[in-house]
Amino acid sequence: MKLLLAPAVGVVAVFAAALAALLQYSVLEFIPGSLRTGGFTLANFRGVLAPGYLDYVWDTALLSVATTGLTLVASYPIAYALARTPSRRIRSWLLVLTLAPFFTGAIVRTYAWMLVLGNTVVTWPVPMLFTERGVLVGLVHFSMPTMILLLAAAISHVDPVYERAATSLGARPARVFWRVTLPLSMPGVVSGSLIVFAWTFSAFPTPELLGGGKVKMIANVVKDLALDSFNWPGAAAFAMLALAVTLALLAGLSRVAAGRAP
Amino acid sequence: MILRLAVLGLLAFMTLPTVVVIAVSFNPTAILSFPPAGLSLRWYANALTYPQFQRAAVNSLMVTGGAVLLALPIGTAAALALERGRLRAPGAWATVLLSPLVVPGVAAGLGFLIVAAFLGLLQSRVVLIAAHVALVLPFVVRSVWVSVTNLDPALERAAASLGATPWRVFRRVTLPLLRPGLFAALLFAVVVSVNEFVVSLFISTRVNEILPVAMFTYVVNYTDPTIAALSTLFIVATFLVVWAIDRVVDLSAVFLHHR
Repeated sequence: MKLLLAPAVGVVAVFAAALAALLQYSVLEFIPGSLRTGGFTLANFRGVLAPGYLDYVWDTALLSVATTGLTLVASYPIAYALARTPSRRIRSWLLVLTLAPFFTGAIVRTYAWMLVLGNTVVTWPVPMLFTERGVLVGLVHFSMPTMILLLAAAISHVDPVYERAATSLGARPARVFWRVTLPLSMPGVVSGSLIVFAWTFSAFPTPELLGGGKVKMIANVVKDLALDSFNWPGAAAFAMLALAVTLALLAGLSRVAAGRAP
Repeated sequence: MILRLAVLGLLAFMTLPTVVVIAVSFNPTAILSFPPAGLSLRWYANALTYPQFQRAAVNSLMVTGGAVLLALPIGTAAALALERGRLRAPGAWATVLLSPLVVPGVAAGLGFLIVAAFLGLLQSRVVLIAAHVALVLPFVVRSVWVSVTNLDPALERAAASLGATPWRVFRRVTLPLLRPGLFAALLFAVVVSVNEFVVSLFISTRVNEILPVAMFTYVVNYTDPTIAALSTLFIVATFLVVWAIDRVVDLSAVFLHHR
């Protein structure tokens, strides 16, 4: 029975080998005009901290924070409806509508936002396409399905009895929400925020197409360096940064989860 | 009431881009307008006859087909082992198997590119298939696992006690009972692989690129509604698949109740 796990572990090992290759390249010297690499160096990571490039890291962090906050606010009502609706049909529809964009490919979704943000539908008072605002809208849209699912899972674990108790004791709906529902659904808020932040930090298609080269996040820098400049070591250093941030946040997530367990 | 309005508004925000894409795909002219000035299927014709899309569609078929054929048995075996294998730490193993999901696409993509270049496989589909197997495996394991936990081992014991060989028990009892999970796993794997973009972009050339990568290149270079037409076909297919999954397995069981 245990041996049945072996093929799957083999698949993950191949995946891990690719990441090991990435790690190796991130500390090898880049030789301009060649895919061959030199010896050991930390210059690639110093490149990440170089003034021009550090701005991209900073922009990435800011966009990730803004995306996380807005996604949280936009997702909570849908998640609440999903967790609390008594009708199985409504829940089914909410879930399908939530998941459909989740499974619609990145290109389709991002192209759709290019149409919406590019004055095709309405004429925007301020430029949207190829600005940070537009990228932010796309990122929030991209993150909502994940956030909704995590929040809904947490809210469905909150016994409605507590809300009814608060209401019967005279609390207004807003107070019930702030003092009962929200605090009790905090596990979902925390895990959803960590996952959305991590995901946004390494977002690629959204800033690539909606940013149009004017807004760049870390993943776009990785692509530029790797596929346009053929600087694989430099790209690897940026990719390692994205990977490290993701892993650190998810480690934080599992610690939060562990701290909560009885 | 306020909640209901908020939910409707937010759902509109979530579905707005889809609606716009579908509307624009019937636009008669190359200059985009909304609502469209008339109805035309010329962009569908364009999308379906564009040679690079045809080549990419064949690549998508091969890569997704190969990846799914590999991932389904591998993932099913893993799900059985996780539930029945008396592993010392099934949770930790599950985390290992699901881990490709959390790795940023550009990191995995560049890693696979370096490996592909090292092995001289840049023009082949082998590396693409390997990457896709790893990326769809978490969805397969997860879907089948739900079915395995619902499977009563007494049924298998009954078959065995009536003299069925282990292989026969697996063929005639275990597999049929796992059918909903396997079906969901198949659909998830297909949808995830067909739409995979970031990792594939890094390990694709014009020769072996899959559809999303070809669409990306087109979007960057042209602005006519051809991609809207192709996207509409993707959206319709995806919607049908998600709806079909929901018919077979309770989606809320897969997504709302995390183990």
